[in-house]
Amino acid sequence: MTPDLTSVPVLELRGVTKRFPGVVANDNVNLSLFAGEVLALLGENGAGKSTVISVMYGLQRPDEGQVLVNGQAVTIASPASALKLGIGLVPQHPMLVARHTVAENLALGHQLPGQGSGLFPARRVAGRIRELSQRYGLNVDPNARVSQLSPGEKQRVEILRSLLRGVQVLILDEPTSVLTPQEVQGLFQVMRELKRGGKSLIFISHKLGEVLEITDRVTVLRRGKVTGNAPTAGASRRSLAEMMVGRTVSFDRKRQTPSELSPSELSPSELSPSNLDTAPVRLSLRGLSALSSRGLPALRGVNLDLRAGEIVGVAGVAGNGQSELIEVLSGLCPLQSGRIELDGEAHASGARHIFESGVAHIPEDRIHMGTVPSMSVAENLALRDYARAPLARAGVRDLGAQASRAREEVTAYEISTPGVDTPSRSLSGGNIQKIILARELRGQARLILAAHPTYGLDIGATEQVHAALLSAAERGASVLLVSEDLDELLALSDRIAVMYHGELLGPYSAEQATREGLGLLMAGGEANSDGLPHGAGPGDLVESAGASL
Amino acid sequence: MDELINALLRALAFGTPLLLASLGAVINERAGVVNLGVEGMMALGALAGFAVAYGDGTPGSGNLWLGILAAALAGGLAALLHAFVTITLRANQFVSGLSLTLLGLGVAGLLGKRYEGLPLTGQPPQWPFTVGAIVLAGLLAFWLSSTRAGLTLRSVGENPAAADVLGLNVGAVRYGAVAFGGALAGLAGAYLSLVYRPSWTDGMTNGLGWIAVALVIFVGWNPLRAIFGSVFFGLLYYLQFRLQGKTFIPTEVFSAMPYLLVIVVLGVAGLRGQQGAAPESLGRPYTRGER
Repeated sequence: MTPDLTSVPVLELRGVTKRFPGVVANDNVNLSLFAGEVLALLGENGAGKSTVISVMYGLQRPDEGQVLVNGQAVTIASPASALKLGIGLVPQHPMLVARHTVAENLALGHQLPGQGSGLFPARRVAGRIRELSQRYGLNVDPNARVSQLSPGEKQRVEILRSLLRGVQVLILDEPTSVLTPQEVQGLFQVMRELKRGGKSLIFISHKLGEVLEITDRVTVLRRGKVTGNAPTAGASRRSLAEMMVGRTVSFDRKRQTPSELSPSELSPSELSPSNLDTAPVRLSLRGLSALSSRGLPALRGVNLDLRAGEIVGVAGVAGNGQSELIEVLSGLCPLQSGRIELDGEAHASGARHIFESGVAHIPEDRIHMGTVPSMSVAENLALRDYARAPLARAGVRDLGAQASRAREEVTAYEISTPGVDTPSRSLSGGNIQKIILARELRGQARLILAAHPTYGLDIGATEQVHAALLSAAERGASVLLVSEDLDELLALSDRIAVMYHGELLGPYSAEQATREGLGLLMAGGEANSDGLPHGAGPGDLVESAGASL
Repeated sequence: MDELINALLRALAFGTPLLLASLGAVINERAGVVNLGVEGMMALGALAGFAVAYGDGTPGSGNLWLGILAAALAGGLAALLHAFVTITLRANQFVSGLSLTLLGLGVAGLLGKRYEGLPLTGQPPQWPFTVGAIVLAGLLAFWLSSTRAGLTLRSVGENPAAADVLGLNVGAVRYGAVAFGGALAGLAGAYLSLVYRPSWTDGMTNGLGWIAVALVIFVGWNPLRAIFGSVFFGLLYYLQFRLQGKTFIPTEVFSAMPYLLVIVVLGVAGLRGQQGAAPESLGRPYTRGER
């Protein structure tokens, strides 16, 4: 069904302006949503998407402008009144009572029509839940406890909540950021059903591929203003990215591995990735085994040689041992057996000694593991060396030196913060990641452990993180890059390994690797247990997998 | 056999105020508000109950039933002070509750000077309180698990933001729960000064309020289990009196027994992971927009 763009929009923002101290979050924003369409709302972090959502869902009142529902100007004072007007939100982080059952969560709130007295509210709503689940393919057990649900199931509960309240407009705030690829397809199926049922959807995502797949139209925000409005058909990743960022964005392979360069281009310096096959082995892993925090085997005999100046990507579905691999190497998780050597010497023990021996760690939970949210930007930048000169003398910290170095690094890494005394908690994810990069890469690390370094970051911040990793590799650092984003791995790595069930498959040359080949390995199809030699191209894998299918 | 039945009856008599006070605390804690002021609210309830029931001392000038009502009101009003400080002003619940205990004990002691040592004529029977408390436990358990209002209260204690987004008034629910908790603490106090020992003495609550607070954790915030918990502690009280002077162990050790056991029992509850049953937002003031 193609939406009728000449009809009265079900939801419309006219000239909405919202100012916060120091920023105009929304500047004369016009936006229309028509019946039965999926509209993508695109924009970098800080472009004003959240404010648009807040205005539509009654969390913020616009300073100027109007919100119209079915052509009628309305005041949306609270989320409850938004729901009454038929506007629902599926928040990025679910707003559910974890201890309660699905039915109890859905029964919460003002009584729905036809629910009778106030007795047994959960039981009264269960039938309606089943009906809606079936109609839209939203599989959830009404009697399950929310704490036992997967992120995808919690999301379905949120969708059901809006549907139970009879919404016409459903806003999905970065719904795919917590989902596995299979779950994303399931969500898209639900979205198509909702669309068929005449609902209008607003879809927010950084992932342009998803936007191209599921949406009908795109509205782009940049610095609080609407900078683009286009049908999705005919748009491309490149054109969308340019509308978002306001300049050309490259999706090409960023890393040039030596064999891609002609011999004349090879730099004589031993620091350039002149010949990775002959570069000295920086990190050698032999037979690593370790347990997860739950006491189950997480690493089962991991072997790897990472050479100086090389970037090795580690792909895999979350929970296959990638976190433990990084934690073992950074000293946060004890090794059961196996041997780690850094430049031929036994790996230091303890997180502090490992860092001081030249191993940088960009942790996967950047907010809680990478920073102390309540501490200032300057303090977070000093976490590794606050007790040493020049930041401390005779055990007394020099706060002036700490602040002035922080100011230099804020400038160098383009960290956008009101000041170095601001708590890092109030910064965006991209800026927090830049604090971590500045702190970890300051000491010219020999080995960089990067876990999901661009997860949830917008295009601009992602590019900066990539540039930092690439330039570190160019000066001779080795990078172990764990990521779930295959495009990122393919763009940055020299070789790519796949983690499956605690084993490391590969690594394979990144020039020859394909998304399909890696995807198969990640799913456990045709693993290398039948003796594929290290360095075999995934092309072989695809063939052998294809033959067995 | 008679001994056993007697022990159980005495345990129920000792346990009734514990049950009343801990049921109240279960309700306000399930809504997310800790009130450590139970001891103080009990003292205020005990005094208010006695004062109204006693009147000016002439027969017929006081009214027992009005006394009971006054006790609930006194406890509830004291709790509203805690509610205002912790819900509206968002102050620390633990500090405010502790202050309320000190304030309640102090005020009751001061205003109660003139009633000290006076006898109360006409004592209400004990059984309506005991039976009433047990029935109330059952009703509250049902109300919490199976009514819309009970679901709302539990949700406010677990995830107030989720309730707020749906248009429920988190503050109002919490005010109501805290006032209810205070009223029951006041009733527990009235039981002490009207039924259990029909008189007023300063400090007559004797730490019962604290046991009630601990009992809430011991029974995992469950009203039905609170019945058994309070009978258990009632039995300990009984044994303490029964065994005093009959063994070589000094009396003081027996007097301290219920309080020592509170520590032991809380330790056991902690080991069993009972703390995990605590409402998610217990003790945390709610601020809109903070996740």
